[in-house]
Amino acid sequence: MSGLTKRQKKDLTRIIIAFVLFVLLIVLEHTHVIPESFAHSYWMIIPWLVPYFIVGQDVIRKCFLGISHGQMFDESFLMTLATVGAFGCGELHEAVAVMLFYQVGEFFQGYAVGKSRGAISELMSIAPDFANREEEDGSIEVIDPDDIEVGDILVIKPGEKIPTDGVVIEGEGLINTSALTGESMPRSVRTGDDVISGCINGDTLLRVEARKEYDDSTVAQILEMVENAASKKSRTENLITRFARYYTPAVVIGAVLLAFIPPLISGHFAAEFGTWVLRACTFLVISCPCALVISVPLAFFGGIGAASREGVLVKGSNYLEMMSKLDTIVTDKTGTLTEGKFKVSMIDAANGYSTEDIIRYAAAVEAGSTHPIGAAIVQACDKPYPASKVKDEQNFAGKGISAKVGRDLICVGNRGFFEENGIEIQEDIVEAAGTYCYVARNGKYIGTIIVADMPKAEAKKAIADLFAENVRRIVMLTGDSEKVAAQVASELGISDYKAGLLPLDKVKAVEDLLAEISGDEGSSNDRKLAFIGDGINDAPVLSRADVGIAMGSLGSDAAIEAADIVIMDDKLSRIPAVIRIARKTMSISRANIVFALFVKFACLILGAIGIANMWAAVFADVGVAVICILNSMRMLSK
Amino acid sequence: MKKKFKLIDLDCANCAAKMEEAIKKLDGVNDASVSFLTQKMMIDAEDAVFDQVVQEAVKCIAKVEPDCKVVLK
Repeated sequence: MSGLTKRQKKDLTRIIIAFVLFVLLIVLEHTHVIPESFAHSYWMIIPWLVPYFIVGQDVIRKCFLGISHGQMFDESFLMTLATVGAFGCGELHEAVAVMLFYQVGEFFQGYAVGKSRGAISELMSIAPDFANREEEDGSIEVIDPDDIEVGDILVIKPGEKIPTDGVVIEGEGLINTSALTGESMPRSVRTGDDVISGCINGDTLLRVEARKEYDDSTVAQILEMVENAASKKSRTENLITRFARYYTPAVVIGAVLLAFIPPLISGHFAAEFGTWVLRACTFLVISCPCALVISVPLAFFGGIGAASREGVLVKGSNYLEMMSKLDTIVTDKTGTLTEGKFKVSMIDAANGYSTEDIIRYAAAVEAGSTHPIGAAIVQACDKPYPASKVKDEQNFAGKGISAKVGRDLICVGNRGFFEENGIEIQEDIVEAAGTYCYVARNGKYIGTIIVADMPKAEAKKAIADLFAENVRRIVMLTGDSEKVAAQVASELGISDYKAGLLPLDKVKAVEDLLAEISGDEGSSNDRKLAFIGDGINDAPVLSRADVGIAMGSLGSDAAIEAADIVIMDDKLSRIPAVIRIARKTMSISRANIVFALFVKFACLILGAIGIANMWAAVFADVGVAVICILNSMRMLSK
Repeated sequence: MKKKFKLIDLDCANCAAKMEEAIKKLDGVNDASVSFLTQKMMIDAEDAVFDQVVQEAVKCIAKVEPDCKVVLK
């Protein structure tokens, strides 16, 4: 066991010494080395007190400190009372063993929690430790990230972390964003590109101009958010806290009643009192709710950590809990399900031309165009004509464009443009959503290019995965036309969509769906609604939904602010992954609750009727706690 | 004002819950949290009484767990 703190090492030494003495005393007793007359006398308590104090000194100390501060009923008090009770009844082995194993359990508990804390801080090791600032004379000074001012020139050497958000002013290379996005492919950056803090520079040197102070940078915001996540407690966690508040006093009162009532009723008070006090002590040992109080938040903490490893920030345990109960997902179209960029989706060639002819002619004409549709056409062309061949470009705003390619006059435009010029369009494409661009050569129609905002490559699979994760309904909302919406929806396997919505209509649609969910089965609010958007102009909808999920948000402050769950890159597949993490978190915490309560109550009942002894009680307390913590730690492993 | 403090040797989760409850009840405290997992305490209190609140909070912590130290910086 490496990595123990100084204190843990000291505790371990004490446990080992006490354990050796404990075994030694038992052996000495059984081999009659200790005279029997002494072993059966009250004096025998003295040798037993030695290991007891060695192992239990801090518990006893805390117990008395607690009493002096008026804090009764803490763990130390209960353990001390239980062991003193056992000593009083002459159960010397038990008294020492209970203290010994309580400390062993505490030790493991501390070790396990420390381990998971380490694993989590490793996940969070995205914070930069220093920055290299270039001074005016060209020298480089190493400074604290907190001291960076906007406009500072920072030099980022190969392998170093980018300390704050900025823009590259010199250098070109690959940066690794995986700590932030979970994306393993490095991103290429060059002069003029924005870079985000927390990314790791590749093999080249970059000079970056700081655009934000460290406190406002992406990394600082993310760290702040994850640390605060623990304070937004889930319903399960709140339930445990409330349970803990009543459980301990209730068990202690039970113990007092158990010590006095049965011997009083039986009438043989003096003869039976000892037995019942011992049983009452068993109760006290079981009365700490620590197994639940530690393991349930640990599971949620681990869940949030696991999500952040996927490049997903969950702002609170409560959102993780809601994700496990998702019933309806409402999603935006543009930029969420689709690329948010125009692309050529289809080319139809007529009159003996090939599709390649069509795109080459159109691209030549559009080469100088700044219109997104023109840019999409240019991008789709593999073999463009040399620019020297294209001349006499004429732009007809809102209608089309024409130019001479070689000796041919090529026109690209919409239907109105073609009708004005008396060019007849022969259409073969029946029903394709998108913008139609017609192409003519020397006044004759030769083909059509359809430009559309294409669904993301992985969108279809992600939608199918969401349905597979038991999401009952997925509704797509869009401001686009009915025709475009219908096509995208059917392509992705979404049956519900609402088209032609203004931003306010989207809020209304989400409110209607929320009412529908909660109305379906009375007041059961075990079915949650999530909204997925790009976070840019749908902040009101994001906050209206039970869970607002913003996509592609790396570097967008507004989205990080408005959403409950933030997906740093734009991969839809992160959402089913988060649902799986949420479900696993919930099932682990549920398993812990059921297991811990079952063992504790079983031990309470068996202890009351005298079947379960103190050994069982120690297991029910610390043993269960350790098992629950180990179970929760599964959330931290991949 | 909102501020975070590091806690050293906060050993029991139930104690963290008790501390949180006690600090929340202090005068001038808007919100407080004590996290066993991150070993951190967050106090959000009125500016005028902030330092006083922090001192009170340290007392609350010492009461629940005598060995637990607050790093004041």
